Amino acid sequence: MSPVLALVPLAEESVPAETFQLPQIDYAALAPMLILFGVACVGILVEAAFRRFPRARIQLPLALLGALAALVVVIMTAGKRTITAGGAITIDGPALFLQGSILVLGIVALLLIGERTLERGGAFVAQAAVTANTEADRSQAATSEGASEVFPLSMFALGGMMLFSTANDLLTMFVALEVFSLPLYLLCALARRRRLLSQEAALKYFLLGSFASAFFLFGVAMIYGFAGRVDFSGIDQAVVGSAASPLLLYIGLALLVIGLLFKAAAVPFHVWTPDVYQGAPTPITALMAACTKVAAFGGLLRVLYVAFGRSQWDFQPVIGTVAVLTMIVGAVLAVTQTDIKRLLAYSSIANAGYLLIGVVALNKEGLSSSLFYLVAYGFTVLAAFGVVTLVRDADGEATHLSRWAGLGRRSPLLAGVFTFILLAFAGIPLTSGFTAKFGVFAAGVEGGQTWLVIAGVVSSAILAFPYLRVVVLMWLSEPSESTPAVSIPGALTSAALMIGTVATLVLGVVPTVLLPIATRAAEFIR
Amino acid sequence: MSNFPYLSLLTVAPAIGGVVVALLPKDKPELVKRIALGWSVAVLAVAVAMWAGFSAGGPRMQFRESYPWIPAWDVRFTFAADGIALVMLALIALLVPLVILASWHDAENSRRSVPVYFALMLFLESTMIGVFAAADVFLFYVFFEVMLVPMYFLIGSYGGQQRQYAAVKFFLYSLVGGLFMLAAVVGLWVLGGHTFDWQTLIKADFSTGTERWLFLGFFLAFAIKAPFFPFHTWLPDAGGAAPAGAAALLVGVMDKVGTFGILRYCLPLFPNASKYFAPLGMALALVGIVYAALLAIGQNDLKRLVSYTSIAHFGFIGIGIFAFTTQAATGAVLYMFNHGLATGLLFLVVGMLVARRGSALIGDFGGAGKYVPALAGVFFFAGMASLALPGTSPFVSEFLVLVGTFTVNKTVAVVATFGIILAAGYVLWMIQRTIQGTPNPALERVEAAKRDISLREAVVVTPLIALILVLGFYPKPVLDVINPAVKATLSDVGASDPAPTAGAITKEAGK
Repeated sequence: MSPVLALVPLAEESVPAETFQLPQIDYAALAPMLILFGVACVGILVEAAFRRFPRARIQLPLALLGALAALVVVIMTAGKRTITAGGAITIDGPALFLQGSILVLGIVALLLIGERTLERGGAFVAQAAVTANTEADRSQAATSEGASEVFPLSMFALGGMMLFSTANDLLTMFVALEVFSLPLYLLCALARRRRLLSQEAALKYFLLGSFASAFFLFGVAMIYGFAGRVDFSGIDQAVVGSAASPLLLYIGLALLVIGLLFKAAAVPFHVWTPDVYQGAPTPITALMAACTKVAAFGGLLRVLYVAFGRSQWDFQPVIGTVAVLTMIVGAVLAVTQTDIKRLLAYSSIANAGYLLIGVVALNKEGLSSSLFYLVAYGFTVLAAFGVVTLVRDADGEATHLSRWAGLGRRSPLLAGVFTFILLAFAGIPLTSGFTAKFGVFAAGVEGGQTWLVIAGVVSSAILAFPYLRVVVLMWLSEPSESTPAVSIPGALTSAALMIGTVATLVLGVVPTVLLPIATRAAEFIR
Repeated sequence: MSNFPYLSLLTVAPAIGGVVVALLPKDKPELVKRIALGWSVAVLAVAVAMWAGFSAGGPRMQFRESYPWIPAWDVRFTFAADGIALVMLALIALLVPLVILASWHDAENSRRSVPVYFALMLFLESTMIGVFAAADVFLFYVFFEVMLVPMYFLIGSYGGQQRQYAAVKFFLYSLVGGLFMLAAVVGLWVLGGHTFDWQTLIKADFSTGTERWLFLGFFLAFAIKAPFFPFHTWLPDAGGAAPAGAAALLVGVMDKVGTFGILRYCLPLFPNASKYFAPLGMALALVGIVYAALLAIGQNDLKRLVSYTSIAHFGFIGIGIFAFTTQAATGAVLYMFNHGLATGLLFLVVGMLVARRGSALIGDFGGAGKYVPALAGVFFFAGMASLALPGTSPFVSEFLVLVGTFTVNKTVAVVATFGIILAAGYVLWMIQRTIQGTPNPALERVEAAKRDISLREAVVVTPLIALILVLGFYPKPVLDVINPAVKATLSDVGASDPAPTAGAITKEAGK
């Protein structure tokens, strides 16, 4: 306990009971988030204080150290179970697990974001305000040092995601939603090449994201009208005890879930995903695919398990239907894609469907298997986008699939890594994709949702085709003249790729390193 | 019986060999091949030692080993072999060195990496052995799926025309089946008490509906793998496009995972559902026998033709399994072994012919026996073994299947017998159109087509010919091993052999 807390009882004695009380704050429990937000603020000061050139050299180590420090604190407080900050924040097993996952995946994503050797000045534009496709834009694409604001922005996003998965009431959750969304909207617009596509992606993400936020906020209002409270344990009691009309509950829950499913990229709230994944700078796409997914599902799990667990009969069929749609639509549309980033986007949609099986299962297995899935998928998808950043020609990344033909001949090692990643996505055993899928499927059957498992199996079969098509292109097709050279990865990208691939292998071969941790963590507190 | 960890050694050793071979330099193909061959021969030696250590009258599952893998799900590396698995393991260990020797020049001719080709062969051997040696359902599933990857690259990278299409089709078909099996495996785990241990699971009881669904999940995967009609369309493509050596392993061993899976998993785990669906299995098998034989007659590509014959043969194995008599089931298992020898030999010889002529089309041959008499003789022998001529080992198994089926279902046995006539048709016609008759003038111009069997090729075919002949006259060593396992499997299903008709008649006469 910190000394601040020891003083609190004294304060209580000295003020009358009716007056406003300072909430108790367990700073140790909040430390990881405070570190991240603190580092982000320092990053902004660095932006203001230093000239352009040394900034990136300072920002990357700063961000990495900050995230590492936060991670160390998360690991040190692994046994902590508390509700703090006036009931706004819960630190329990899932919260700590999610925070840890966001940090680990975030560090790997930061490595990709920090890569500056693939392209002069990195993957980001120097000045986003320069009109696209003008002479000035071309010259800055060719020569300028990329913006280093991406690091503080990423740190704010990561901090927001951590807050999102630990929020204990709907208002804190909404604030966290905005804290991590706004930096992401900006980051999407910062691609060095194909500026128009990037700006379009950012605008689309921003507009649709704002709608989703509005839905969420509406939902909060409805739930408040129903329960008279916004904290999760209060809602939980109201679900069975409230005299208010259940209609408010249904409408509120539906609106809330729409907001959350939007971030999770579930069908039919997925339409932004392919465009944004394609237009955003690839390292940012990686960050979104890995970390945003963790945060979104962390929030979804908490809301459904903790606040609305007792009305499961009302929402289980609906979310189950969404899960089926997500799996099938994601898989079917992935088949028709010709751009690797869009293909991975649809695959990420389908994966959201598999995750929803774990969510709908609404049991301890469902929770622990979803947690495991999030980490396993995060590592794999980071490595996948890491490979995408490497396959490039003079105009930047070559993302059209036809350009990948014969890549296995040109650079067997990289093609081998990507093949392994694709096999993991396809759920072939000895990869984390298989163990993760097995976990959610088992939880689904356990939770009486066998129909979802059948849909999952069918969609996995469909989804195997686009993955295989890429494998065929890389290995079995002859290289053409337009097959781009593969850049030698810099140390940072190599590290990110290695971490992602090794984690995919390790979690597939010896999942025991993570499964017991996920199982131990899988208990919410109210 | 001994405690030596034969099964895990057999599984791991080829994989290590694969890694070693893959790491060898590309510019030393001879070294690569020698090491690959030596390694597979060493594996064969281990397998022979294991066979010697197997006690035919001993417990059902022998050489059991068990190591923890994923405690959270109670997944273990459990290996154990019954007689059925033992003969299949022996078949793999025997075929792989022969295939490696037979594929000596295949990789160079395809102008792809030589070390990778032989490394894939060894990885394939490792996963195939794993499939038959696993006694943990999860472990079985892992090998079942991983097995696809090396074969996919063998077909896709080293195959002939249409290799990409064939490889993808092969992978997707198997994967779809595998995924339905995954759903069933998950169901089995949840309902069977959260364990994957085969010996525990066979004691579990399920409600009728559940049992049927689980059975179908497994059966679909195995029916695609075997393949049974109507899930067979991938095999002619894959067999036609694969390099001959890989095709021999594909049809000779990998497809047996399907029938082995039915015997090892469907029957003991879901006995009631097995009985319920037996007529379905029987019908699919029967249609397969006739339909595939008819299609085989119509083929003009040698490798596709052999693939179709193999589908017909799997029909025989299928009816042998679902007849639920000891004779038929023993015959089916013996057929799995003999078919591996006979079709493996046929595929390898076809590969030798195709390599000489540079084409697999029957029309490009004709009278080839005039130029390559010895090779033509081997081809003729392989054809005869394939149509189950008495004196060759497939005859024994086919006879047992038919006799065993006849005692319980005369119609099926009679219809299946027509399959033998059709088999004579496609084999004899194939031989007549390729090696007999007036020589094709085009052959005159192909120098390679006049080179008779080489020493290396003779070494490949001799052990197979010898085994086919020896087991054709004296199948007892194999039958002794198979019989107890088959009896145990059938007692799991609760099937009992009908009393011999002759005995019944004498009894009645005695009254």
